[in-house]
Amino acid sequence: MFKKFSPSTDVSGQTSVKTSVQRSIRSGILSQWSIDQDTLESIWPKKEPLILVKCREHISIYTLHGEPLFFQHFDGPFYPTLRMVHKYPFLLPMVRVDRGAIRFLLAGAHMMCPGLTSKGGYLPPPDKEIKAGTPVAIFAEGKEHAVGLGITKMDTEEMRRVNKNTGIETVTYLGDDLWALQKL
Amino acid sequence: MASAAAPEASSQAISPIQVRYCEVCTFPLEYCEFGSSFTKCKESLAEEDEDLYDKYYSEEALQKKLGTISLEAQSKLEKDAAAKEAKAEKKADAALKKKMASQITIKRIERHKRKYVTSIHGLEAFGVDLKKVAKQFAQKFATGASVTKNPQGQDEIVVQGDVSGDIVEMIEDGVGLLKGVPKENVVEVEEKKKKAGD
Repeated sequence: MFKKFSPSTDVSGQTSVKTSVQRSIRSGILSQWSIDQDTLESIWPKKEPLILVKCREHISIYTLHGEPLFFQHFDGPFYPTLRMVHKYPFLLPMVRVDRGAIRFLLAGAHMMCPGLTSKGGYLPPPDKEIKAGTPVAIFAEGKEHAVGLGITKMDTEEMRRVNKNTGIETVTYLGDDLWALQKL
Repeated sequence: MASAAAPEASSQAISPIQVRYCEVCTFPLEYCEFGSSFTKCKESLAEEDEDLYDKYYSEEALQKKLGTISLEAQSKLEKDAAAKEAKAEKKADAALKKKMASQITIKRIERHKRKYVTSIHGLEAFGVDLKKVAKQFAQKFATGASVTKNPQGQDEIVVQGDVSGDIVEMIEDGVGLLKGVPKENVVEVEEKKKKAGD
């Protein structure tokens, strides 16, 4: 999504968000991420105004004091930025890819099932199955921090069974243009 | 670094983890090896923090890193990384060359008899913010100055009035935001208005 993104051409406007809308965003985030109210409060204090940055293709990035906090595509789920996931790694359910997949991920490729099901990869156990269409944090074998964020294309159990094709669609990854963008 | 903007944690809130990012490639340190400037990253870390350097690049760590991947695949990976690095360096070189070769065109355009506007094109190649420079010109010459798109769709600064000489001087002296713009690349052009009926 952010493989090619430059603020000068892709941003169409910045507006501050109404408080009523902010409230619904806040409750949306609380229900979608595994985060408690106090932690969210410390990331995004109630008093601080949230700025909506509208971009091409229905991407909206929400920033606080110019720093991107989270983004959304159309009215899909909220994704935290990768920097935020580094600070709060528990926000999203976690999957891990094996070492061989890292360099493809860093080139922006979607994650294929075999990279997740192989020995170096990790998918949650069957009783904690992740459903299709859930934002996940992608970690890497032997690494401490997340390398990317994605959205599951199928249930994790299905990934195990099929073990073929795209399992997770990469949304943002280390070194893409959203990563390069520290201030908006 | 991003860590400076970290929010303060309240009593119950879970405080953020501070991740150290590489100064060269901005990745978390452990991902430097996948970046395009691995050798440079390694050098800078070795200078700054030996403990961390040992953590990531000592023999032991390298052994552990191999993990499940086969030796063959690993060597291929390393080769790829080296190739990528060389490519990135080449690209940076080419970009620099292009930058040094690109020209700044200062055009004096006749609007009506003795009324002129001055358009400056090509400044953005030198990493200056056109909007801010336009503001600087407007302040200096006490005239209107704006950033507009020319017919080719590129951005240029248009200053009201004939100030081409002054702008050349400003670039030569590197006043304010114009610092670092090479004066050798400046070209002055004059554009006369065509007579009606031509």
